[in-house]
Amino acid sequence: MKFVDEFRSSDYSKLLVETLQNSSRDKINIMEVCGTHTMAIFRYGIRDVLPGNVTLISGPGCPVCVTPQSYIDNALDLSSREDVIIATFGDMMKVPGRKSSLLKKKAEGSDIRLVYSPMDCLTIAVDNPSKQIVFLAVGFETTAPMTAVTAIEARKNGLSNLFFFTAHKIVPPVMEALVTDKELNLDGFLLPGNVSAIIGTEPYEFLSKDFNIPGVVTGFEPVDILQGLSTLISLISKKDYSIANDYKRIVRTDGNSQAKEYMDKAFNIVDSNWRGIGKVPKSGLEFNRDFEEFDALKHFKISYEEYDGSSGCRCGEILKGKINPTQCPLFKQACTTENPIGSCMVSSEGTCAAYFRYYK
Amino acid sequence: MCLAVPGRVLSIEGKMGIIEVGSIKRKVFLHLVPEVSVDDYVLMHAGCAIQMIDEVEAKITLDILKELAESEVCR
Repeated sequence: MKFVDEFRSSDYSKLLVETLQNSSRDKINIMEVCGTHTMAIFRYGIRDVLPGNVTLISGPGCPVCVTPQSYIDNALDLSSREDVIIATFGDMMKVPGRKSSLLKKKAEGSDIRLVYSPMDCLTIAVDNPSKQIVFLAVGFETTAPMTAVTAIEARKNGLSNLFFFTAHKIVPPVMEALVTDKELNLDGFLLPGNVSAIIGTEPYEFLSKDFNIPGVVTGFEPVDILQGLSTLISLISKKDYSIANDYKRIVRTDGNSQAKEYMDKAFNIVDSNWRGIGKVPKSGLEFNRDFEEFDALKHFKISYEEYDGSSGCRCGEILKGKINPTQCPLFKQACTTENPIGSCMVSSEGTCAAYFRYYK
Repeated sequence: MCLAVPGRVLSIEGKMGIIEVGSIKRKVFLHLVPEVSVDDYVLMHAGCAIQMIDEVEAKITLDILKELAESEVCR
């Protein structure tokens, strides 16, 4: 497949591994922010070929993992209503709430539909005029523009039975929270490819200017990741705190202006709770006044106190990169991919799920 | 949910398009890439093209790697 096969070339990968092996001998801590990077790094065995002085720490970049438990519980309550159809990405199905999960609710008869795209909700809304469709709108900057587009399309088509329970989050503010945490000793970031396709590289410049931390945007194929790591280690060794872009085939400096316009049109930036991390200022998106007719919380008049966490689960420390999953007493014992306790074990992009599947 | 895949645009109708990903054809929303034309490659995420793929930049990256590989062989 074009733009995939050539970036999986074993020749280039070998070469880049050699370059990495001959790079700096200093102890280096790198955080990969994005959950899809975490999974790809494990899948391609990249941890096994890195020199011993380089440690990769997995960050909070899995949207399902950082959604507080109170959100799930409210989604479960909505799914109990006879007049509601819940539409959701598959990753959300197994996330445990306090008493149940969407998967269990579906088995018990709730109408819960898995969708590949938020836009699939438009068809569900047209086909079910007597029902109220609620899309569980989680995701970072990559997904938020699609929620905006779907709402705009719903309005254009005169649909009045489609609502969004939004928990969209934006990535740079949580990175700021991480770099100001003194317990984490980060030397550089592998920056998320898809989020950057939307926001560009400019929003990360504060890392360089205010915190002397470099970052490299890269893609998800093995050659991309190895090249990104090689660039990042070279920047760290030279004490060059730049933000570099090794994914130029997708990521422009100013991102995707059309997508940013859609987000600006529909959302306000608000403080947001991240599971295990807590409230992060200006890190969430909610519908603005012009779009509040689509806001499920307003439509169903729901207000709730936020809470998160299951007893004993250490997802919070894992999301911040303070411990790795093997240091959690529940890992592979009470908490497995079949019966997850924490959200990091649920999502296919979660750090615990990646360790469960690949860590030996 | 965050996986994105590259595909070639086969046809466009308004803000909808059909793209080919490997041997699969799929309907996508093109709202976020208004400048797209047939035969362009786009990155698709959750049923929506999120960015055009810059073929020139892809070639530059691969050329750098090729050069590195050639200099390794000559060493």
